[in-house]
Parts: sequence; C-alpha cells; structure tokens
Amino acid sequence: MTDQTPPKETPLLDVTALYKLFAVGKPAARFKRPVKEWLQAAGPSPKLHAVDNVNFTIARGETMGLVGESGCGKSTLVRLLTRLLDPTDGSIRLNGEEIGQMPAKGFGSSPYRPRVQMVFQDATDSLNPRYTAFDAIADPINRLKPMPSADLAKRVAELADLCGLPQALLSRFPHQLSGGQKARVGIARAIAVDPELLILDEPTAALDVSVQVVILQLLDDLKQRLGMSYLFVSHDLNVVRLLCDRVMVMYLGKIVEIGPADSVFRNPRHPYTQALLSAIPHFEPGAASARIRLGGEPRSPIDPSPNVCRFMGRCPKSIAQCETAMPHLRPMAPGHEASCHLAEPDADLVKVIA
Amino acid sequence: MTSVPLLDVKDLSVEFRTRGGIVKALDRVDFSVEKGEMIAIVGESGSGKSVSAYTIMGILDPAGKATSGSAVFGGQDLLRAKESELRELRGREMSMIFQNPRVALNPIRRVGAQIADVLIEHGGVTRAEAPGRAIDMLKKVRIPDPERRAKAYPFELSGGMCQRIMIAIALACSPKLLIADEPTTGLDVTTQAVIMDLIAELGAAQGMSTVLITHDLGMAAEYCNRIVVMHAGHVVETAPTAELFNNPRHPYTARLIAATPRPTASLRGLASIPGSLPDLRATHIPPCRYSLRCERKTPDCDKPLPVHRQKDGALVACWNPL
Repeated sequence: MTDQTPPKETPLLDVTALYKLFAVGKPAARFKRPVKEWLQAAGPSPKLHAVDNVNFTIARGETMGLVGESGCGKSTLVRLLTRLLDPTDGSIRLNGEEIGQMPAKGFGSSPYRPRVQMVFQDATDSLNPRYTAFDAIADPINRLKPMPSADLAKRVAELADLCGLPQALLSRFPHQLSGGQKARVGIARAIAVDPELLILDEPTAALDVSVQVVILQLLDDLKQRLGMSYLFVSHDLNVVRLLCDRVMVMYLGKIVEIGPADSVFRNPRHPYTQALLSAIPHFEPGAASARIRLGGEPRSPIDPSPNVCRFMGRCPKSIAQCETAMPHLRPMAPGHEASCHLAEPDADLVKVIA
Repeated sequence: MTSVPLLDVKDLSVEFRTRGGIVKALDRVDFSVEKGEMIAIVGESGSGKSVSAYTIMGILDPAGKATSGSAVFGGQDLLRAKESELRELRGREMSMIFQNPRVALNPIRRVGAQIADVLIEHGGVTRAEAPGRAIDMLKKVRIPDPERRAKAYPFELSGGMCQRIMIAIALACSPKLLIADEPTTGLDVTTQAVIMDLIAELGAAQGMSTVLITHDLGMAAEYCNRIVVMHAGHVVETAPTAELFNNPRHPYTARLIAATPRPTASLRGLASIPGSLPDLRATHIPPCRYSLRCERKTPDCDKPLPVHRQKDGALVACWNPL
C-alpha cells in the first residue's frame, strides 16, 4: 500500500472525529428547582446523533460531493464546516489550523471567515429582497474586507463579469432577476472575499435543466480560474457525477461510502449507495441497472444503538451480524472506502494489504 | 388511432388577465390520453404544464379563462361542463396529485379522516364504513402500521409518507384518469423511485390513465409510453418515448435532451438552451414561440406554425424539424 497513497501534503480541509449531538426533550431552564432536580435525577436527556464520527479531507482544488437523503445530517455537517454551529466534539482544520474550537458566535469576525464561504440552495430566499444585486455582492466585502467605494465598485463589476452577470443588472432587485441570474448573484457574493473553500448547497436544485448546465459550467470554470476547493451538496447524482472528483455518501449521521467519483459510481459497495444509484431515472438505452427499492423507514437518529448498522431495517441484504456489530469504513479500492459487513474489497487491494 | 381516447384535448388556449396585460399562457394545445396509458408532459417552468392540468380539472385561477378548444373526457367536454358536473367527475372519475403534499393536505385533520372524506363524498361509502376503507387505502399505498398512521396529522409524517397519503386520496375512488403534477419534487431520489413505482403499479392494476407532469426527462422516459413536450404554452412535439429520445424532431426537444445531465455525458458535453421564454404578455408573440431561441430559424418561421402529424399520433410543430 505504498505507491497508492498520495504524497502527504496538508489538505485544505481536514475533518477528524467530528460529532454533533443535539439534546432532545431537554428540560427548560425556567423550570423551578425541584422539577429541575427531578429531571436531572432522571438522567441525561436523549441525544439526536446528527453528525456521528465523521472523518474526511478535501485537497486543494478538489471538488468533493456530499450526497444523502433529507435528515441524514448533510445540512448539519455543512453548518459545522461553515462554523455556523459548534461541534460537540472533534476537529475541523483548515490548512492545518484548527477552526473547530472557535465558538460559532465569534467566527463571523474571525480572520478565517472569508476563507470558507457558502452558496445557498434557494437563490431567491437567500438574497435580501431590499438589496440590489450590487448591494448583495458588496455586502460580504464591506463586512470582511472593507475597501474604498471606488475600488468596491470596480471589484463588484469584476465579480459580475467573472460570474457572467451583465453589469447592467447590478442595480436590479432580486425580484427583477431570473432564476439563473439570481444564482449568479449568489455565486458572485460567495466568491467576493476570495474563499479557499466554497460550500455549495444544491446550487442548481431550483433551476431548469437548460439554466442548470450553464451554472454548473460556470462553477467548474471558476474553480479552475480561482483555485478554490468545493464541497458540493446535492440530491442529483447525475450532477454530482459531472462535477465532483470525489464523493461521500452519508446515511443517518455517518459516512457510509467515500471515494473517487468514478470508482463509487462504477462500483458502489454500500447497499445504500447501490440503491441511490439504481433510483436515478435515466433515458439512455443500455444504462438500465437492476432496480433496488428501499422499503421501511430510516432508523431513529435519537440515541441509536452503537452496535447496530444504521441502515438496518431498510437494507435489502442485511444479515445477523448487522444487528450485533456496527460496520466501519474499510478500504475497498484505491482511495475508496465503504462501511458494510458484506462489501468485498477489490482482489488486488486485498493482496496489497496482506 | 381507431379507439376513442379517454381524454382528448384539442386546440386549447388559455389566457390570464393580469395587471400587466393579457398573458397567453396556452396556445392551441393538443394532446390525448388513451385508456390505461401513462403519458408525460415535460417542459421548463412557465411552459404551461400545470396550467393545462388545472384547466382540465376545472380548478384554474379565476383570472384565467379558456378562450378556445375542448377537453373531451368520456364524451363530455370539461370546458363547457357545469361546476356541479365537474364536482361529480372530480375525485370519482379523475383526480390529481399535487406538487407539495404538505401544503395540499389539510394540516389540522387526521390523514385517515381526509381519505374518508373523499370516500364519503365521491365513493358512496357510508360514514360507518369509511374509516375502515381509509385504512385499506393506506395499506394499498404500503404505509406501515396503517391503523396508527390513520390517526396521524400531516406534520407527523415524512414527505414521502404525505405523498403516499395524497396518492391514497387520489386513488380512493378508482378514478379513470390521474393527473400527477410533479409528484416527487422535493423528495429524495430513493423515495421518488418508490413513489413513482407505486403510481405506475396501482395505475396498471386499475387500468387507470395517468398524466405525469414533470421537468425531469429521465423520469418521463422511465415511466411513460408517450411524451408531450411543451414550450411557452405550445405543444412543440409529441412522440412515443423511445422515438422522442432516439430521434427528436423539434429543435427544442433536442436541446432539452442535450442539456439533461446523464451518466455518459461530460460537463462540457452538455449544451444549454440559449435565451429564455418569450414574454407572453406581448401583443406580437411570434407564431413559433421558440423562434427567438432557435438556431434553425428561417424566414418561414414568421408564418403561422405548421403542425406535422404522423399516423402513430406523433406530432411536431416546426417549419424545419430535425
């Protein structure tokens, strides 16, 4: 396993053993003392495991895809990485520097804030309706990297050009812009302060296919020109396949599969990934794969048993072992890991490890 | 085409009166649905997919008005039917699944009671029998533990569950026609597949016809026999699914297929569709509403739009089809 490991350089983002547990049904602080004592005697409140021991890295200039269903912890993970939420435990290192310990409240004024930026899902809802496109793009600059107004106007115009937004539209309000134009404003705003890591939360979910293509191509262009890394969150696996170098699949707070996009899409190892891929509707002849349909409901994320696979109950392949031992991520192919008792690593990889 | 289609929409035009002027939302829309068939209407937002559905169901916004054409369903023209006649048809003969189940369901009524309402109103079921029949419907849409779920409120159920409830309501009286307006937007891909399978299976079991309204070409291809492509209120092409993908005839259809991400395409291999939908408020809308975006435009395109029909029911509205 010597020639396959990439040279050790500090990754741009290094997330280790990251946890976020939310207390549910927590006793309200305003309760009178006897009640409070009684509740404390009842033991700690149940915890919802939103992000549960997540580890991954993103290299410079890399695009990492993050997929998973609603409720799997994608958004919590994104909010932890953008430091809008405080992790329960674990570390988030940006360029080798720890940013996970800084309280989320103070992060907005920290020198790290410009380095991690985000493009939100719904361009309409995430733009201030009373800000013109110019105001929206200038706002992060004014807050994080203030400059004289003459320079600012030049910089905003430059950003608009970069994102393919005609400068004539800069004086317009969001309701006067089309969906694609609003998406461009959202992107221009996010890259205004030269971030190193850009987190994209379903940036094209609300767009028509014809506009989606243009925005995806724009994102790809920007990445190459500005040398940013992306974390691309999406439901649409066809889009993830187009844009991402690596993909991670999340299920109930855990990463169940991670690896190079080619490898994961060609040979998915985790039954959940397999089900996800088989559920993509497609119209190309010969592309038809065996349909895997998931029955049942996901397990509860509240105090889940540490010894039962999270996918148990919906997994079409589960065996007795799945109820007695939690599977962990194991190498399957170069750079490709999956957490399933039944997944078989590539034959040549087995040899290398042995 | 000897049999009489279940639903035959001909020459349908719809206008909306707005403060900004009259919007010609639909212009001479033609399509038909055979018995037991599942067809898709695809197109970008604003192409008139939902307006077509609402017009057929008779639930168009009061500002909108059908100015020409007919929509014949089982021998009756829906556009000229009285409200009371439509009420008789809706729920029993034709029903609809809406885009956002959480908004479409009544938030303060238990879901079992909402299914029972439909059965009592349209299905001729007595009040005493209705709750039991509602639970049967929940079983049919494969909701686990139906007795308990019947007592749940919509907010207690997941998006996929709510959509199943909508399907149960829509199919409660075994309608002949189901219109599904983007039934899976906002659902996860795995849930989407399960819901679409369910609609297709239940439809096939009851011999029901389904109109699937979607912007996802992949989904249309996977479940439908025929596809109707709409652009800015025009039907630009209708064709059997395989034919449409292998041999698209309208330039817009070809562009739409080329823009859809698919496993074998690279990012650079996808082509966008230049321009945007024309302003439908304008008094001089070009006869071909795609001509402003079309790279195959010729002087002919300013003449009234020709509609080429093939014998298999396929249709293309273009002067220079591919």
